This record gives sequence, C-alpha cells and structure tokens, in this order.
Amino acid sequence: MEDENVAIHVHGLHTSFKDLQVLKGVDFEVARGSIFALLGSNGAGKTTIVRILTTLLKPDAGTMHVNGFDVVLQPSRVRESISLTGQFAAVDEVLTGRENLVMIAELRHVKGAGEVADDLLDRFGLSDAAGRRVSTYSGGMRRRLDIAMSLIGNPRVIFLDEPTTGLDPEGRIEVWQVIQSLADRGTTVLLTTQHLEEAEKLADRIAILHEGTIIVSGTLEELRKLLPPVKVEYVERQPTLEEIFLAIVGNNKKEPR
Amino acid sequence: MKTHFFSDTWVMLERSLRHVFRSVDTIITVTIMPIAFMLLFVYVFGGAIHAGTDRYVNYLLPGILLIAIASGIAYTSYRLFLDLQSGIFERFHSMPIARSSVLWGHVLTSLVSNAISVTVIVLVALVMGFRSSAGVLAWLGVAGILVLFTLALTWIAVIAGLSAKSTDGAGAFAYPILFLPFVSSAFVPTATMPGPVRAFAENQPVTSIVNSIRALFEQQPVGGQIWTALAWCVGVMVIASALAMLIYRRKIA
Repeated sequence: MEDENVAIHVHGLHTSFKDLQVLKGVDFEVARGSIFALLGSNGAGKTTIVRILTTLLKPDAGTMHVNGFDVVLQPSRVRESISLTGQFAAVDEVLTGRENLVMIAELRHVKGAGEVADDLLDRFGLSDAAGRRVSTYSGGMRRRLDIAMSLIGNPRVIFLDEPTTGLDPEGRIEVWQVIQSLADRGTTVLLTTQHLEEAEKLADRIAILHEGTIIVSGTLEELRKLLPPVKVEYVERQPTLEEIFLAIVGNNKKEPR
Repeated sequence: MKTHFFSDTWVMLERSLRHVFRSVDTIITVTIMPIAFMLLFVYVFGGAIHAGTDRYVNYLLPGILLIAIASGIAYTSYRLFLDLQSGIFERFHSMPIARSSVLWGHVLTSLVSNAISVTVIVLVALVMGFRSSAGVLAWLGVAGILVLFTLALTWIAVIAGLSAKSTDGAGAFAYPILFLPFVSSAFVPTATMPGPVRAFAENQPVTSIVNSIRALFEQQPVGGQIWTALAWCVGVMVIASALAMLIYRRKIA
C-alpha cells in the first residue's frame, strides 16, 4: 500500500454466506508493529475477517492489503508475509511437538529446521515435551506449540483467532506474554477475542465488530472517552477469583522468554 | 511465483507416512482381510472351484491383490477427511506452499502403504504354494499395473474424502469397489456365469486387470486384455484426479 506504516488495510469489505450478510462494509487499518484487537460476540464475523485476510476465503467486495500485498490479487505474496493461528489449535496430534515445528520449518524452507525447532521449544518451555506426541499435551501446551509454529520464518504479520479460548488462567497469561513479546520485536499482531479484558491488556487499538460493521475503533483511552465521565467512589476491592487461584496455585511455571 | 512442489510434497508424504506407521492397525486391517479371503477360498471353497489350474492359489492371487488395494484406499479418504476437519489444513493453506502437494502427500502415502500390504500378501501366497515362472520384466509389469490401479482408486478415494460429510461417509464409497472383484474372473472363470452376469463381468475393469496379471504370472501372452486394463486404469486415474483437483480448488477458495 501507499503507506509504509500500515501492515493491514481493509476497506469496504463485504461478504455473505448464501443469503446471510456477514460483513457489511468493514474498514480498518493496523499500524506496523502494533497489536490490534477485533472484539465482538460469537457470530459477529471476526473469524470471517481473519479467514479472508489469510487468503482462506474469497470476499464478495472490498480492497484488502496485508504487508502491502493485495489479498485477492496476490494471495501467494500475502501467504509469504503472514501466519495464522486459527481458532482450533492447528497442530498435528499424531506427530511430536518437535516434528510439528520441523515440518513447518521445512515447508517454509527455513535453513536449519532442527535448530529452529529446538530454539522455539526452549523459548516456549516445551523442551521436556519435545519428543511426546501432541495428543498428550495440555490445552495450554498445544496453544504454545501452535503459536510457536506460527513464528517460524519470522512472518511480518501474525493472525491469532481467539488465542486464549479454552485455556485456564495460567495458560492465558502465558499466551498474553508471548503475544506481547511478539509486538516488542516489531511483528504486527491482529487478534480476535470475546474477552474485553484481553483486548484491554494487550491491544494498542481495539475495534468492536457488531452485526457486520465496525461500530467503534480506537485506543483504549479513546474508547473510554465514549463513556460517561468516571465517578470517584469508595469501593472495597475484593481479590478476584483469578487472583486467588493464581496465588494458591503459584505461578511457578517456566515463563516464556 | 516460485513454489517448491517436490519438496513440499515430500514433507507432506513424510507427515502422512508417520500417521500410517503410528497406527499400524490400519496396515494390519487392510492386509489381514485379503489374507483371510485367500485362506478361505484356497482351503474351503477352492476344492469345489474348477478354474482349470491345479494350483488354485495361482489363479486367485491377482484378484486378492486387487481386493487388498480396494480396501486399502478407504484409509486415504478417511485420513484426508480427518485432515480437512482439523485446523492443520487451514495452517497449510495459509502458508506459501504448493497447495496440490497436500493432496499428493496423501496419494503417495496410499502407494507406499498399499505396496507394503501387497508385498506381505504375495509372501503369504508363496507360503501357501503360489509359484510363478515369471521373469523380472513380467514382475515389473505386474507392479506397474498395480501401481496404476492404486493411483486410479486413490484419486477416487480423494474425491470421496473431499466431499464426505462424516467419517463413515468417507469410507463408504469403497464398498462397491470392493464388490467388483467378486463379479469378475478373480475367483471363478466368467464362462460359468449366466448371460447377463457374464456380460457385466467380462466388461468391467477388474476382469481385464486380473487376466493381464494372471497372464504375466504364467508367462502367457497378455493379448489385447492388457490394453483394456491399462485404458481403464489410466482413464479412471486422469478423470478422477482432474475432478479431485477441481473439487479441492473449489473447497479451499
């Protein structure tokens, strides 16, 4: 695209499945190296947007660019620039964790697939489970492997479709740390979520998708201004159940670097 | 756009073969059923069948090999169907790879796993008294026909796997194919069958393929049968693979 600082550009995106209009004119831009959260309830069309931007689904109308390439006209250039972590962990259950990583590294023609795999296993705290079949992994481990697979070949733009759905609180925090470290290295992240808290914690900009269009978009500060001014009240703050859970369980797992 | 069709296909083949070898029961299942048929026909029914040879196992083996392949390919559509259901396919399709390599990985896996079960069955047949005077060239001819037969059926299996709505549906298409050898020259000479059945048996693909393999094993001239057999295999393979690729492209947008 014209603007070097825009990693994802979506304009006038329309799509319908049979008679059902899913997207009715979606517009947004994602700046390079930022985390962009697409927020919306189930069935709002978040996954459809991700599938279109990752070349898995053809839109009815609109212009979309990812990393400067047209999603419809240059799908293979787009695929070279991105990686997708879908809603359901996209890992091969029959293979071991290491075999999964090596497979993706070979498909991306990365030199030294074995070292790349070992390095990622170490980074995501999966070294001990490297030789085990993924079918024996916990939900959090699968997700970490899934995201690790998405990092191979250093794609410029990463799509994460509901990355923390189905994870326990610890797993969720692990994934959050991984996403934050990605953005710190300059990768652009587009994530979808139904959890307001997740968008609040991670995203530089948030867009709310509702009934096929983006009804609000902006930074958290900008969104806050849309609400009535803050009232100051004295409320005794009880620890949340999550804080209690984490305090008891103890967050002694190896943290992803 | 440069793609790496061969290296991508190799990675896919490697992945799919790991699936096969980590569920060895699938290989055992497709090998044991034809062996059981072979035992049943040679030692139970064989005495009552007059096929015009003293060794019935010699007469029977070509048909048994086709049955083994016809049951083996059901696993291709099953594995392909499971792949389509899982997230890993979405990942592959969002990556810069040669997309057809995904299907070729499954097709080549089918060739390898069927080659294994065919080899095992031939070894069992040798133990049961199968003997052939065929030379290297004739054996290569048999192998070539079986490879073409496997490819033709595997592409049909790919279509079934791509269009199936359930796991059961993915394997169901194999039953009619599995039935074909029974109404052919695989177990008994077609001359003993009543008119209409005989007409069907003599004009369906299995008979020409069985007769060609049998002729090669017995060092007999293959005659025009082999061209009929090859035409069936190549024809089905070309049409089924084109159709499979078409369905695949439609499916993945």
